[in-house]
Amino acid sequence: MSFGTAVTQASAPPEPEPADAPRIVPQLRLGQWTAAAVVLVLLALALTSIVRNQAFQWDVVADYFTSDSVLRGLWLTLWLTAVVMALGFALGTLLAVFRLSGNPVLRAVSWGYVWLFRSIPILVQLLLWFNIGALYPHVLGVRTVDLFGPVTVAIVGLTLHEAAYAAEVVRGGILSVDRGQIEAAQALGLSRWRRWRRIVLPQAMRSIVPPAANMLIGTLKGTSIVSVIAVQDLLYSAQLIYHQTYQVIPLLMVATLWYTVVTSVLGAGQYYVEKHYARGSERTR
Amino acid sequence: MSVMVDIRSVHKSFGQLDVLKGIDLQVRTGQVTVVLGPSGSGKSTLLRTINHLEKVDRGAIHVDGTLIGYRRSGDRLRELPEREVLKQRTRIGFVFQNFHLFPHLTVLENIVEAPVSVQKRPRQEAEELARRLLERVGLADKADAYPRRLSGGQQQRVAIARALALEPRLLLFDEPTSALDPELVGEVLDVIKDLARQGTTMIVVTHEIGFAREVADTVVFMDDGRIVEQGPPGEVLDRPRHERTRAFLSKVL
Repeated sequence: MSFGTAVTQASAPPEPEPADAPRIVPQLRLGQWTAAAVVLVLLALALTSIVRNQAFQWDVVADYFTSDSVLRGLWLTLWLTAVVMALGFALGTLLAVFRLSGNPVLRAVSWGYVWLFRSIPILVQLLLWFNIGALYPHVLGVRTVDLFGPVTVAIVGLTLHEAAYAAEVVRGGILSVDRGQIEAAQALGLSRWRRWRRIVLPQAMRSIVPPAANMLIGTLKGTSIVSVIAVQDLLYSAQLIYHQTYQVIPLLMVATLWYTVVTSVLGAGQYYVEKHYARGSERTR
Repeated sequence: MSVMVDIRSVHKSFGQLDVLKGIDLQVRTGQVTVVLGPSGSGKSTLLRTINHLEKVDRGAIHVDGTLIGYRRSGDRLRELPEREVLKQRTRIGFVFQNFHLFPHLTVLENIVEAPVSVQKRPRQEAEELARRLLERVGLADKADAYPRRLSGGQQQRVAIARALALEPRLLLFDEPTSALDPELVGEVLDVIKDLARQGTTMIVVTHEIGFAREVADTVVFMDDGRIVEQGPPGEVLDRPRHERTRAFLSKVL
């Protein structure tokens, strides 16, 4: 009987709600409020301690933030990152194509490369390249030490390291493209190069961009490791100053702030690149 | 009437599995051939060998007098370089079950891609052709949409327009309506029927018996890698001579 009543009510025109209809009261989320309050208090404590602690010497930070040698170091960090990423991804793409090719020799070489260069810590690799002269004193009649200056060592070492990771990122991107896309392009008579440039790569980019952006930011900060071979990047420039002035913390703060600024800019760039490659897809976020 | 497709004793296996066990089939110019058969009977594989998406292990396929995928030298068939195969494919339109439109390109860009990059037609001319084709499949207003914004039926009609853009001599359809919601099947079949009326040579792999009865000049029934029987739809569909054909039809009708 109660079913009958419900049906008649549903089909009747909506009546104005009676004034005494029960009001809906959302649940009081006490736990959420407490957690938020605790976190905010802790955050405030941390901030005041940073601002109040004289040892940070924020005035010194401000003095050095745009000093010539710091900016020169920043510039080196930026172009070293750019060069290493460009070369690393060029080599990595080549390795990915080798790995996916029908040629078993190329496949094996690519696999071996990735295995080897992912196994060697970047610090060890830089030190090895720095001392390569011990193995090969002369290359093509030139003294190896002259050929392999600190900056060259940094570029070679970081690129070889980067390429191993880039190869896997690019390979994953290519594999994410539906096989049917390639068949459709083949059926239309598109050349191998055109299929790659126009069909596969743009679709692969959707899966390549997020990890590539991760790698870019990782590389930006990772370049600071070249300070061990006396390349004057952002970190080493700061170190050179505090070795003379003993203002260790403020100069580390200078470096930290610059790394944060550049990372933020790159993160914003990532957003737009991702948006570009999301053309035609339903999920854009 | 001249022969458009000539398939002679084609064999194909995937590892241990023999998929095509000696296929002979002739399709005459301007005719519509519908291939029926249970799944796994080799009908899609047969279709894919015709534009060399699958290589044959034995036998030969001629389309419009041209040997597909190989060139004869003495008593051998030597595989053609990919460039040559791609050129042959531009004369054969292929429509896939799952459309395979390029999702990052608009409808118009999907259609003009091959005419521009393969046939080197001027972009303007290719775009005009594309718009005419879109009108023909009833999607003139969707030129700038991305494929994923379209229904399955609309996507498949775009895929047909894309195949037509190369002005092929032969059209191959691989289960063109199998991935569609039932209410969208009709609009795609209507486009194919329209092409049939205009005398396009077509081979259609499908499960749509009604479509076969209405449009086909020849119905081919395949089972287990062989052609069991073929003939006009009135014969094969209504008075099948083979038990296997009868059994299949009784299940799908």
